[in-house]
Amino acid sequence: MLYREAGDFKTSYQADSQTFPIAFDRWRYWAVLVIAFCVVPFFVNAYWANAILVPFLIYAIAAIGLNILTGYCGQVSLGTGGFMAVGAYACYKLMTSFPDVSIVIHIILAGGITAAVGATFGLPSLRIKGFYLAVATLAAQFFLVWMFNKVAWFYNYSASGQITAPERFVAGVAVTGPNTAPWAQYMICLVFLTVCALIARNLTRGTIGRSWMAIRDMDIAAEIIGVNPLKAKLTAFAVSSFFIGISGALFFAVYLGAVEVGEAFGIQKSFLVLFMIIIGGLGSLFGSFAGAAFLVLLPVALKVIGVDVLGWPTDLVAHLQLVIVGGLIMFFLIKEPHGLAQLWRLAKEKLRLWPFPY
Amino acid sequence: MDGVAPYVTADGRQIGGVLMDMRGITLRFGGVEAIKNISFDIREGEIRAIIGPNGAGKSSMLNVISGFYHPQDGEVWFRGEKRPPMKPYQVARLGIARTFQNIALFEGMSVLDNIMTGRLTHMKTGLLAQAIWKGKAEAEEVANREVVEKIIDFLEIQAIRKTPVGRLPYGLKKRVELARALAAEPKLLLLDEPMAGMNVEEKEDMSRFILDVNDEFGTTIALIEHDMGVVMDLSDRVVVMDYGRKIGDGTPDEVRNNQEVIDAYLGVAHE
Repeated sequence: MLYREAGDFKTSYQADSQTFPIAFDRWRYWAVLVIAFCVVPFFVNAYWANAILVPFLIYAIAAIGLNILTGYCGQVSLGTGGFMAVGAYACYKLMTSFPDVSIVIHIILAGGITAAVGATFGLPSLRIKGFYLAVATLAAQFFLVWMFNKVAWFYNYSASGQITAPERFVAGVAVTGPNTAPWAQYMICLVFLTVCALIARNLTRGTIGRSWMAIRDMDIAAEIIGVNPLKAKLTAFAVSSFFIGISGALFFAVYLGAVEVGEAFGIQKSFLVLFMIIIGGLGSLFGSFAGAAFLVLLPVALKVIGVDVLGWPTDLVAHLQLVIVGGLIMFFLIKEPHGLAQLWRLAKEKLRLWPFPY
Repeated sequence: MDGVAPYVTADGRQIGGVLMDMRGITLRFGGVEAIKNISFDIREGEIRAIIGPNGAGKSSMLNVISGFYHPQDGEVWFRGEKRPPMKPYQVARLGIARTFQNIALFEGMSVLDNIMTGRLTHMKTGLLAQAIWKGKAEAEEVANREVVEKIIDFLEIQAIRKTPVGRLPYGLKKRVELARALAAEPKLLLLDEPMAGMNVEEKEDMSRFILDVNDEFGTTIALIEHDMGVVMDLSDRVVVMDYGRKIGDGTPDEVRNNQEVIDAYLGVAHE
């Protein structure tokens, strides 16, 4: 009954273009923020942080990044894993080269470096579209992983070829390294996710977002209206890679702590993030969250149900998970190409009229 | 044709000097000559029609003006300056907007967003300011929204502003596309068959909007149209094309009585 726009009049264009035009949505948004920032950190334990919350937060950043490129600007990319690796290795090199600088600055810089790399690999998008572009970004994926394996400078000539995050502090609290408290991991990822989501929201609702969507929907008409395709596509690649780089840096430094590039940032990662935005919803920020939550929770839920409740062997459940994810992707592509976000939107439209649909 | 003095039309509109001058345009696709050495001008404030049978090269002409095609020969003069070869988005920044024969709207976006995209050439804030949103970007958004709302009022599409374009019927889509072109506040508006596939009522509406745009904003309009009644009623001057050649140019009455034009449309009797 609260979910109404009736009587919620807008008297300025400012109010009309806000993120959540319906009052109920605004309250819920603030409630989620308050719970995420003020309640969860006090209750989070190592299992919840490691299995669910931290990966969700990090993947949500990556999904927002990829959604900007693929969902908003219409450029398919299979290079997400490679770009996450760029963020991780950039962060590692910065952390070890400038140990006195704050890790927060390192992570942001790692995003910036990834943005530059992403824009470079985005150059082919000016000539090729669709599948062909996907293949070109696939080349980026393999090239980057190969490079981080091959060039010893990137992993500081360590014998194992791995990179390991040294201990770093924010405001006196360890956020990387073995002594990090779960709540500290959670908080730093949450802060980055919140800021990234706000930036993404601001960009997508404004001029630049409209030029991305214009390119996505009809590039010829976009050009005739004054969208410079070069600028629009490269900014999409850059902004998208910025977010993906940040998520890669967090994934390495905060979540895993030690990384071997082929394992952590291989092609599976690219597909995982792509599945997130397909299941969550292309061209929707909410979809990025929903998709990330779904694909992070699914294995956990399946394990709890399959192994703990039903007592099935672990490997069976692991294989079942692949089958279910594959089936779901086909289901979504056929039934609802706009993903969970669209289901949510439809539910809201129904709710608005409920209980008197006429 | 150059140096014609400004004059006032019978219905009181001011027609100024030459806004766009096409000089000896030749366009070839491989061996096919789509446009053969055509010259014509568009004067400030007028409604200029380009007509001709199918395949005459009318749309190619518009594509030359808007920068999709680059003619092999000939010069394009705009506002007294020779225009170097340009990309379409650069042409848009000169103040030339257009609509398409088969609607080219952004289907995934709302009507409002479509029209706001038309304001792109007036948007100046950088990436960082937009990321922060509060302040410059928001102020610009609101200022441009006001302009867009005026156009929405003008074209009477208030009720559908938040509707995704994909859900609209054909006639309204055509109107939204006109709104998007108008949002750029163009100096020259190119309309490629604005009334194709419309019923009489919709055609009347569209004609009224075209006349109003020309009258109220003083926008120069060049249009391609197949409905002769509409063309003769709306336009100040008409260019007639056939097989890539120009076969007539003048006021609707002159064109109507031009033997070559009659032959092109009705065919020539063979003895």
